[in-house]
Amino acid sequence: MLRRTFLTLAGATGLMLAASAGALAQEAIRIGLILPMTGPFASTGRQIEAATRLYMQQNGDTVGGRKVEIVLRDDTGVADVTRRLAQELIVNQKVTVLAGFGLTPLALATAPLSTQAKTPQVVMAAATSIITEQSPFIVRTSFTAPQVTVPLAEWAAKQGMKKAMTLVSDYGPGHDTERAFTETFSKAGGQVDNLRVPLANPDFAPFLQRVADAKPDALMVFVPSGVGSQFMKQYVERGLDKSGIRLLAEGSVTDDDILNGMGDVALGAITAHHYSAAHDSPENKTFVDAFQKANKGMRPNFMAMGGYDGMHLIYEGLKKTNAQGGEALVNAMKGLSWTSPRGPMSIDPQTRDVVQTVYIRKVERVNGELYNVEFASVPNVKDPVKAAKSGSN
Amino acid sequence: MLTILFDGIAYGMLLFVLACGLAVTLGLMNFVNLAHGAFAMAGGYVTSILTMRMGVPFLATLPIAFAAPALLGLVLERTLYRHLYSRSHLDQVLFCIGLVFMAVAAVDYTMGSQQQFVAIPAWLQGRVEVLGIQMGVYRSFIILVCGVLALALQLVLTRTRFGSRLRAAVDDPRVARGLGINVGAIFAVTFAVGSGLAGFGGALGAELLGLDPTFPLKFMIYFLIVVTVGGTTSITGPFLASLLLGVADVAGKYYVPGFGAFVIYTLMIAVLVVRPQGLFARAR
Amino acid sequence: MIRTSQEAAARLTRRGRWSLPEVVFWAAAAASVVLLPDRYLLLNEIVVIGLFALSLDLILGYAGIVSLGHAAFFGLGAYVAGLLAKHGVADPFLGLGLAAALAAALGLATSFFVLRGTDLTKLMVTLGFALVLAEIANQAAWLTGGADGLQGVVMGPVLGFFEFDIFGRTAYVYSLAVTFALFVVARRIVVSPFGLSLKAIRDNPLRARAVGIPVNRRLVAVYTLSAAYAGVAGALLAQTTQFVSLDVLAFHRSADVLLVLVIGGVGYLYGGLVGAVLFKVLQDNLAAITPQYWHFWIGVLLVILVLVGRDRVAAAPQAVWGRLTGRRSAAPLRLDPKPVEDA
Repeated sequence: MLRRTFLTLAGATGLMLAASAGALAQEAIRIGLILPMTGPFASTGRQIEAATRLYMQQNGDTVGGRKVEIVLRDDTGVADVTRRLAQELIVNQKVTVLAGFGLTPLALATAPLSTQAKTPQVVMAAATSIITEQSPFIVRTSFTAPQVTVPLAEWAAKQGMKKAMTLVSDYGPGHDTERAFTETFSKAGGQVDNLRVPLANPDFAPFLQRVADAKPDALMVFVPSGVGSQFMKQYVERGLDKSGIRLLAEGSVTDDDILNGMGDVALGAITAHHYSAAHDSPENKTFVDAFQKANKGMRPNFMAMGGYDGMHLIYEGLKKTNAQGGEALVNAMKGLSWTSPRGPMSIDPQTRDVVQTVYIRKVERVNGELYNVEFASVPNVKDPVKAAKSGSN
Repeated sequence: MLTILFDGIAYGMLLFVLACGLAVTLGLMNFVNLAHGAFAMAGGYVTSILTMRMGVPFLATLPIAFAAPALLGLVLERTLYRHLYSRSHLDQVLFCIGLVFMAVAAVDYTMGSQQQFVAIPAWLQGRVEVLGIQMGVYRSFIILVCGVLALALQLVLTRTRFGSRLRAAVDDPRVARGLGINVGAIFAVTFAVGSGLAGFGGALGAELLGLDPTFPLKFMIYFLIVVTVGGTTSITGPFLASLLLGVADVAGKYYVPGFGAFVIYTLMIAVLVVRPQGLFARAR
Repeated sequence: MIRTSQEAAARLTRRGRWSLPEVVFWAAAAASVVLLPDRYLLLNEIVVIGLFALSLDLILGYAGIVSLGHAAFFGLGAYVAGLLAKHGVADPFLGLGLAAALAAALGLATSFFVLRGTDLTKLMVTLGFALVLAEIANQAAWLTGGADGLQGVVMGPVLGFFEFDIFGRTAYVYSLAVTFALFVVARRIVVSPFGLSLKAIRDNPLRARAVGIPVNRRLVAVYTLSAAYAGVAGALLAQTTQFVSLDVLAFHRSADVLLVLVIGGVGYLYGGLVGAVLFKVLQDNLAAITPQYWHFWIGVLLVILVLVGRDRVAAAPQAVWGRLTGRRSAAPLRLDPKPVEDA
């Protein structure tokens, strides 16, 4: 009796658990795509997912004679969940590549797994510099915060700005931006004050008031992309746009996805980034048109670009290895270069980080819509933090 | 710094307008309505859609931002909420979290996960200088509206027949029913008003706080802080608490930015340790 | 009525005996180690959350203290264990011990502020402490790694022999064993006179005080104990995932664990574990089917669960169980959160 009931119960629990493992097909190449699909960073996940689907639609779903399948998982914004999902994808789904990774801690939590299982991890979004150093299997197609900040600081110094202030969200990428800007700008002879804003901060009033009182030549801002719009509104509301302070920002603040909705408050903001939907090239026109057609007019942003190029990198790598994964695939990815919709880019063979052109842009109205219009560019920018370490730059 | 004081008051008022609906449902009806933020979000989205996509003037959308969530609240109250008045607080919390999850996913599905915006008319933007103080026009507008709102709520609750009936219905539903008060209807109306106020607050706050599907979860903590610090037995309590929290938060962040994130939480703990019932409540 | 102390003692002993379903429950858990090799990682997460929820049950179910800030202890435990391992002390059990001790200390220190006021006050004060702690962890980036998370956590083998493997087998067995051991202890405690006095306090603090129970001291004691349990759960998470990030202290941890416990049922110790299994399996399946909108379906289920009534939902498996064993009337597990106590 006891035995029978025990078996029934165990069987039932087992069935329930096993059901979630899903059926396994043998021959397809699986790409485990782990993205924030819910929560505050859900729009990141949407953009990247849409871009990967678009890439597959344009380039076919077979590489080296094998079918490519995407297994999408919601990271829920939590590091240990991400790690568990990655581990399950590796162990149960036998994925060849892990990709996605919206937030720095989530990519870092997964790094040791990539090393242990020799599974390449393509970071399509997270932007803290240290990520690629955490595992020899991590390759990045997005950008690093210092990579885009340093050119902006150099540009600002060249414009004759002397006194600057930074205002960043108090978390990893914010600190990265703050450090990069402060170092570069001070080296050029400028003077910088730092201000950090809590991540959960609905009202910028007190911080903006400090800026207004300090009257710097320029204010350098980094806040996560959704919060950027609130910041811009409150910046203009305080009249700082007319106070002679130049607003500089990391490109996420004027995210293409929501820029048009911000309205005139965003006009004139100077930002630095690696991708703008207004980038003037045939590749980009094709990309933007196709993306908007496939996604009800949604404008692709830098996140989508990271996803799109990430897929390109995976495809090209797989072509070179004849659909082999592991160490061979990472090696094949190293040094790859191509013309992306964002412009020329390559993967640094030493650091596996992205090397690309960084553009200085200004928000302008083009054909009735707001865009980040590029007006200056710095080609072949490596991540300055790692470049300084190896002394190669 | 008078500008800081002004900003603090404006922030406090914003907190109040968002939380006063909760003060009504939690304080007066003793229902832990954690789904409050979902109604606020509904109001915000109503205003956003009307102003951005249909070109309706901002002021004209405010009554709709009140009415639509109120109606929604009324329907939900009659169909679902009323079964839960007699349940434990844990049940109510569980139920509300369920509702919030549904609301978050539904809005995400229909509207997308990106930020939404509200178009504010030009005369509400910018700044004016009054007696040497720099004041944001929109913030002044919020202060004005909230002041009127707080006064009106207080009057309705203490001076009208409806107010006394409501208080009777809350204190002892059975006796109130015995006296011929239609308790069900009173609760329904009160709940609808609470939801409407939430929507109204969401519409006003969207410009400064931003609006996306995670709104109800993001700001739930702030609503709760205001209501607990103020005490749940009145409207004046949360009103004064919002002012206190708003001014303290803004001033704290201005003068000691490094300590900025701690201000509101530490203040809440301090108040609740000294006065567990809330600042302005009679001990029950 | 209990007339003599012997009678009371006999009664306690009877209540302390393990019933059949309990044995089966743990046998099934043990069997999962053999039967579900593909799901170790999820199972490990379930066990950790289950233990965390169990710690909450100790205060909520047995002493009536609500908390929305239990992640404070969970997170502290995780950071303690993570930091120990990062700085060379790689033995897992040492980490657990220190995590429990420090979490208990924090619990003791904060208990004096928490045990006042109404439920709402308690919720908010506990929440406040957790949020302050999270912010401290964020600011102290030199120690905790801040928002990037704590990297470089390398665990030594369990008992010097079992290495943590990529399939999560060691991790799961280790977590399960620790949880079982702590469960046995908790079970002993709640059927002890101490546990009974807690329930008396929960049901009527005034009367409890009147019959001579030192109410405050008992509450402080159980709060401290619960904090230690939560600390161990956090430490388990840190050790088995070998990473700690700020979200161990986040609000959603506290909220999730309350959700899990209430789903599973409050006040019979199994609630946290049962709730963790239900919630996580459901979430995992839904999120695999619809990564974007799984919240919606969880929401629907929560609403239905409440409307139908938690007691009735919990009673269904009980009835099935009764029929299976042929003992219809014997309700082996009490699922009603507000029982009538030995009168």
